[in-house]
Amino acid sequence: MTGLAFLIPVALLMGLTGLVAFFWSLRNGQFEDLDGAAARILIDDEELPVETKGERG
Amino acid sequence: MASAAPMTQSHETTTLVVPGMHCASCMGKVERALGALPGVQSARVNLTARQVNVAHDAGLGVPELVGALSAIGFPSQPRVEELAPPPSAVKPLLAPLAVAGFACMNVMLLSVSIWSGAEGSTRDLFHLLSAAIGIPAILYAGRVFFASAWAALRHGRTNMDVPISIGVILATGLSLYETLTHGQEAWFDGTLMLLLFLLAGRVLDAMMRDRARAGVDALLRQAAPGAMVVGKGAVDWVPARDLLPGMVMRVASGERLAADGEIVSGASRFDRSLLTGESAAVPVAQGDAVHAGMLNMDAPVDVRVTAAGSDTTLAEIARTMEAAGQHRSAYVRIADRASRLYAPAVHTLAALTFIGWMVAGAGAYASLKIAIAVLIITCPCALGLAVPVAQVVAAGALMRRGIMVKDGSAMERMARIDRALLDKTGTLTLGRPTPDPQALAALPADAAQVALALASHSRHPLSRSLVEAMGAMGVLAAELTQVEEVPGHGVHALWQGRRVALRRPDTAVGGMASVLDIEGQPLRLILFADRLRPDANQALDWMRAMGVEPSILSGDAMAAVAEVARATHMTAQGHASPVDKLEAIQRLQGAGHHVLMAGDGLNDGPALAAAHASIAPGTASDVGRQAADFVFLSDSLLAIPRAMATSRATMRVVRQNFGLAIGYNVLAVPLAMAGMVTPLIAAVAMSTSSLIVIGNSLRLAMAAREPKA
Repeated sequence: MTGLAFLIPVALLMGLTGLVAFFWSLRNGQFEDLDGAAARILIDDEELPVETKGERG
Repeated sequence: MASAAPMTQSHETTTLVVPGMHCASCMGKVERALGALPGVQSARVNLTARQVNVAHDAGLGVPELVGALSAIGFPSQPRVEELAPPPSAVKPLLAPLAVAGFACMNVMLLSVSIWSGAEGSTRDLFHLLSAAIGIPAILYAGRVFFASAWAALRHGRTNMDVPISIGVILATGLSLYETLTHGQEAWFDGTLMLLLFLLAGRVLDAMMRDRARAGVDALLRQAAPGAMVVGKGAVDWVPARDLLPGMVMRVASGERLAADGEIVSGASRFDRSLLTGESAAVPVAQGDAVHAGMLNMDAPVDVRVTAAGSDTTLAEIARTMEAAGQHRSAYVRIADRASRLYAPAVHTLAALTFIGWMVAGAGAYASLKIAIAVLIITCPCALGLAVPVAQVVAAGALMRRGIMVKDGSAMERMARIDRALLDKTGTLTLGRPTPDPQALAALPADAAQVALALASHSRHPLSRSLVEAMGAMGVLAAELTQVEEVPGHGVHALWQGRRVALRRPDTAVGGMASVLDIEGQPLRLILFADRLRPDANQALDWMRAMGVEPSILSGDAMAAVAEVARATHMTAQGHASPVDKLEAIQRLQGAGHHVLMAGDGLNDGPALAAAHASIAPGTASDVGRQAADFVFLSDSLLAIPRAMATSRATMRVVRQNFGLAIGYNVLAVPLAMAGMVTPLIAAVAMSTSSLIVIGNSLRLAMAAREPKA
């Protein structure tokens, strides 16, 4: 019984962590472009896509 | 702070639609090309929507971005806001699906312990935990169904969601009562599983609609929506919706008109096939009226806009289409027809069970418990999955073959077709002039290389078609110098010190032709014609084998139609106006036929909207693509019978799925009514029936293949 008291909260917490992670990724727009995500792994270039360039005053 | 002067240039984001992107290397190319432009902060491709979002300085305009992409071979347009895709149907369902999945798995874990013999206080604790997880999850994940059921009830209707909602709410209430009174059985696991399976079905259904729409949306925005307008000494690009009567458009060869107008200078030939189906180009000169959607074939002309937007011939056809498409919205999808029968049947059974046990003297509580078990066990999971899974698998198989399906009901309608009417220009034929294969084969190797090199310097439709045909033959281009294109007179250049030219013939020949003129060699004539699509006869035979009678319905002149009719052994009606086409379809429908319309032009729009099902090639006018249920991207005509055969196979599988789901209920319901169903049996029975339906649907993955000869 003591084992259960320990294991059940652990199991639930792990499940909840997964759920929270999923919600976070949904909010973050990671499900916006599933085809693109699948393809992006195949882009084999050394230079990453351009992020912010320095501001030119 | 807010009123401080801007520190840097203001930033803008622009969304470009790039229909040509389809793979990882395209994405990389597009992002790199845009990122290399000075003033671009970031470029990110969304492959699903075939778009790229660019963040850039305000000083950088759309033409520069479009130019950078066309330099690497990707045509693109800024996204027109009113054509922005509607929000995805999948997204709002993903969170409920995840919650149902999480809760279902955890509650199932606890339930397994109960089934394996947890007793007394342990069982009560597990039930309480299940309730703590299950009730919030059921409330959250069930909202989708509760909302839709409530809306139906408020309007005095019923739908599939009504029995689901009633079953879910009753089962949850009963389980909570059992938990609080130290009962033996709780149904949280079954309720959650039901929600999980149903939501999975909904998500699949929505996914298919999203995916089809993304592809079609990208196509719809392909049409060049604008024109170069001649202003005071400058030429500016103006989007079609901003064109006003009186403006003068400069239309280069190979460009489509964006508005109706009349020629003010220059002379050329215009291809009207998209408007009327006529395959022969018509010569136009100063003073002639021309219409939006026509393609300029030869030389640049200036056109004064006489009508734009809702006054054009285009808009006229659109109005006819709207009237023609009325009846199609009345089509009821098979899943909805099934649920109309299903809901009353289930409720009647549950009520009968309750009454029966009351009469047998089991007491209200026990009778209610058994009645709820009946509601849960007749779970429509398998029914809810029967249609969407089959349609999603089939749509995926078709998509891999380059055929896009607008929605599931399109397949249901397509499966019942017994007559097919095919437009000629652009549907049976490729809709573009292609060079005579024999003339190309007869060219010596060096002459072919020169022809390819010359043609690659021109935007003339004949030249572009020549480049495409020779590229497919594997010809390499020769080295040329001093290349210049004279509009209306072809391309001239030097090759190994000799003058070479690709130009129009000196004497009139029947149809379209180019002459390859190499100094010191005889002139070579290359004839062009609008040829039948590859595999046309094979495709028509496949249709006939399926019991579908094809015939031609074209707006082209009778002589041209008769020629194609002879080559394909079909009956034909030529010279048909958009209204004639519409009437031909209504006549056949009046005779009890289910008619498929295959067409590409604006003149086919009303017919496409009126037919029982419709299919258009990807090269069709945007009106045609909008009205069609299916859009095929390949050149081969086999796409049409393939879409038919796949739709029929899909409906066969859907009917089998219904049979399986109903068979399961026939077995399970007597058990439930006899009060012999425990939560364990319910869980096993429910998941098995759903898995069988999914497995049966997966057989469709191979559905889009040709019949074995």
